[in-house]
Amino acid sequence: MKKTILILFVFIFCKTITVAANETALKSASFIPHWVPQAQFAGYYVAYEKGFYKKNGIDLTIISGGPDRLASDYLESKQADFATLWLSTAIQRQAHGARLVNIAQMVQKSALMLVAKKSSGITKPQDLDGKKVGLWDADYQLQPRAFFKKYDLKTTIIPQSYSLNLFLRGGVDVASAMWYNEYHTILNAGMNPDELTTFFFHEHGLNFPEDGIYTLEETFQKDHDLCCGFVTASIEGWKYAFSHTAEALDIMIKYVAAAHLPVNRAHQKWMLERMKDLIAPGNIPVSTGTLLPEDYNRVARQLKENGLINEIPDFRSFHKKCNAYDEK
Amino acid sequence: MKNRGIALKLILLILTSTMIIFGLIFGYNYTFSRRIIERNVEENAKNLTFTTVNKVETVLHAIEKIPENMAYFLENSSYRKNELLNLIRTVVKNNSEIYGSTISFEPYAFEKNSLYFGPYFYKSSGKIRFTWLGSESYRYFYLDWYQIPKELNHAIWSEPYYDEGGGNIIMCTYSVPFYKTISGKRQFMGIVTADVALNWLEEIVSSIKISQTGYGFLISRNGMVVTHPASDLIMNETLFSIAETRSDDRLREIGREMIQGKSGFVPIHDIVSGKKCWLYYAPLPSSGWSLGVLFPQDELMADIVHLNQTVFLLGIIGSVLLLVVIVFIARSITRPLRALARATVDIAKGNLDIEIPAIKSHDEVGRLGESFISMKRSLKQYIKELTDTTSAKERIESELKIARDIQMSILPKIFPPFPNRPEFNIYAIIEPAKEVGGDFYDFFLMDDYLYFAIGDVSGKGVPASLFMAVTTTLIKAKTGKGMLPDEILTKVNEELCVGNDTSMFVTIFCGMLNIQTGDVFYSNGGHNLPYLLYSDGGAELLENTGGMALGVMNDVKYQTKKVTLHTEDGFFLYTDGVTEATDSSENLFSDRRLKEFLQGVHDSSPTKLIQDTVGIVKNFVSGAPQADDITIMALKYLKK
Repeated sequence: MKKTILILFVFIFCKTITVAANETALKSASFIPHWVPQAQFAGYYVAYEKGFYKKNGIDLTIISGGPDRLASDYLESKQADFATLWLSTAIQRQAHGARLVNIAQMVQKSALMLVAKKSSGITKPQDLDGKKVGLWDADYQLQPRAFFKKYDLKTTIIPQSYSLNLFLRGGVDVASAMWYNEYHTILNAGMNPDELTTFFFHEHGLNFPEDGIYTLEETFQKDHDLCCGFVTASIEGWKYAFSHTAEALDIMIKYVAAAHLPVNRAHQKWMLERMKDLIAPGNIPVSTGTLLPEDYNRVARQLKENGLINEIPDFRSFHKKCNAYDEK
Repeated sequence: MKNRGIALKLILLILTSTMIIFGLIFGYNYTFSRRIIERNVEENAKNLTFTTVNKVETVLHAIEKIPENMAYFLENSSYRKNELLNLIRTVVKNNSEIYGSTISFEPYAFEKNSLYFGPYFYKSSGKIRFTWLGSESYRYFYLDWYQIPKELNHAIWSEPYYDEGGGNIIMCTYSVPFYKTISGKRQFMGIVTADVALNWLEEIVSSIKISQTGYGFLISRNGMVVTHPASDLIMNETLFSIAETRSDDRLREIGREMIQGKSGFVPIHDIVSGKKCWLYYAPLPSSGWSLGVLFPQDELMADIVHLNQTVFLLGIIGSVLLLVVIVFIARSITRPLRALARATVDIAKGNLDIEIPAIKSHDEVGRLGESFISMKRSLKQYIKELTDTTSAKERIESELKIARDIQMSILPKIFPPFPNRPEFNIYAIIEPAKEVGGDFYDFFLMDDYLYFAIGDVSGKGVPASLFMAVTTTLIKAKTGKGMLPDEILTKVNEELCVGNDTSMFVTIFCGMLNIQTGDVFYSNGGHNLPYLLYSDGGAELLENTGGMALGVMNDVKYQTKKVTLHTEDGFFLYTDGVTEATDSSENLFSDRRLKEFLQGVHDSSPTKLIQDTVGIVKNFVSGAPQADDITIMALKYLKK
């Protein structure tokens, strides 16, 4: 780790000099995270606010993601140079012909989970049999369905919207949740952790790494420095956010409020802390940004089994490393 | 404390105990009044909260009735598209509280070929507008207002939400599911809703004003802050996120109680100001929301705090006043006492003329002062009397001294008394005691006869002295030529007995020495017998003549006996002052000691003999006060 930091420092130092020398020669680029502003993307916003992109020669524009702005669409239509996407989404997109590449796999552990109330008698996977389970669309159903299959569960699937009220009111027995988001919303609606049963997919052999940084293959070919500069600045942003939580939260809250979204600091704090657990989990020995082939294959196989892709795209053409951060 | 003044002791003791009593009363008063206020606050809080809840509930219930009636209509009537649209429009138009309404059907439930059927009328800028709900981007089947009542099979109030189009007002939707019975089976058909703007609710809740900063707030079923004076909390924070931010587990617990539909009265810190408050909370039963009313403690306690401050201040003032009074009382006691003390110091020094300070009060101190004055007066009187008595005594004593001088002057004092008679030598002394006594001696020559006598009058003082004077005079007067001693004593006795009312008496030894022959005739009237001193040493008592003291009774017969002195023989006469001289241990000199002394005497002149005797007696008593006259007379026959 020390070595990484050292190299990072050297890198930043060199870059700073070059940037200083070419202050006027910043390259314009745009970035769209795959959801609305929230601490899930704190690293990018912090890097932007702290000038890390500029330092890496990028004049960045951040486009807010959201339900009406699909990051993958923006990327493919070149409305954005960089985007974050779920690994499963990106594999499907590539399998369907989009020429995008993963230049950094940020989230190493899947945050998707199922939550049930203990009061409904659910304490282990087998208890889900015959229950009503709220699931989100598409990619969010991959792991749950694999999970049901693994434990041979017959469930009634109820489409789940953005709110958890259906679950909280008892309309479903089990709800889908992101660990860093909806799970905390449940806690902040007055449920105590000890009243809930949680099923983390990564604990059941179904770890699907989620958020990663993507660009188009042609962009990567054309301007390797730009792409790697973006990744470097983003990782620096994340590290800064993790070590300066309060400042990072201030920045995040500003962006959430600007997007006219409900915001509370406790929730953003929880989210940032969980992102740290997901991006730099202590028990997975990879440097930030790495995509492990076995993770890739696990997700891709699941997609193929579900008929969502016909062929598994080649890992090497899917994931491109930037040498600067890939030292370990 | 021991050595401190009365004033300080009084101040310390009285003030301390008063303070303790005051403190106890103050404490009790504070606790008790606080408890009363708390009870009142709880009662008020309860009333206020329930009144507000009822107010809200009344409105909500009225609103609930509308979609419920519509659902009832849908379930029990047949209708066409236009009728439905009219119904919704009328409902929105006629009910000012209702912001919008829809009757949305299940997929293909109303029209066989349309997935969505959701006519929606709503108010916008004062007009009734219409839109169709349902599209690829608005799949209402999966939205809370539709999905939750469908899954739960009962009507429900939604969580509050911001109406993004309608200008930032908080909305809430009451959704009622409706069904149709198809071939005996009750089948879900869709949802009727009434959207309600919550600004009236905000008005009701924000109209709750308690004291200066007390307020009401409303939270939804999820604990979401729906109304609150701190507007940035609204729709952003839940009670639980606030609790998390503040790491306030208690607030989280209270929040859970609230969303569980419980009511209660708890102390809490205001989530905005952090001030200590009481919170009363109660549920809105229809929506499952909860109303909380905060009562700022310090403001409700302001009166009581003020009261207590006043009481405390009064206590302090009272204590100061008390201090002044105690000082005054103490000084009113100690000032005269100090004056008395000063005066008594002077009195102790003997100055009885000092003025004792007058004490006007009639209390114990006053009486003490009076006692001092009367004591001083008595002392003065006593000392005056003592002075008078002393001077009287001194006068008497000087008179007595004169009397004694006179008495002594009666006795022959010139020695040798008869220088031309070498046949004998005679010497006598009286060592007088302090008090005038009645001892005497006497001698005189009549031709060749030397008469000599020694006596002792009973008692002491002037009477004894006078009696002695009378006796010596009588002895001289009654002695005739050649008269024997018994005759003399008889005659003197007769004279003394005449009119002797005082029952005084006198012992007398009387002798008559024939100078030529050495014969001595003697008679004794109750006196110590003299010793006969032989020329060759040795002494012996004369033979008694057996007569009693004179002055006791008439007709007493005295006898005369004879003894013959040879040359150098002598007589030793004395009174009981010699033998009864006592030392400090009350031992008498005694006859035995006298005889031993006299027997040891040899060839001594009368003068020397007497001086030696006096010397040995004084030596014996060794400084003890002399109680009686010591009278000694010695005679030595010298004719060859």
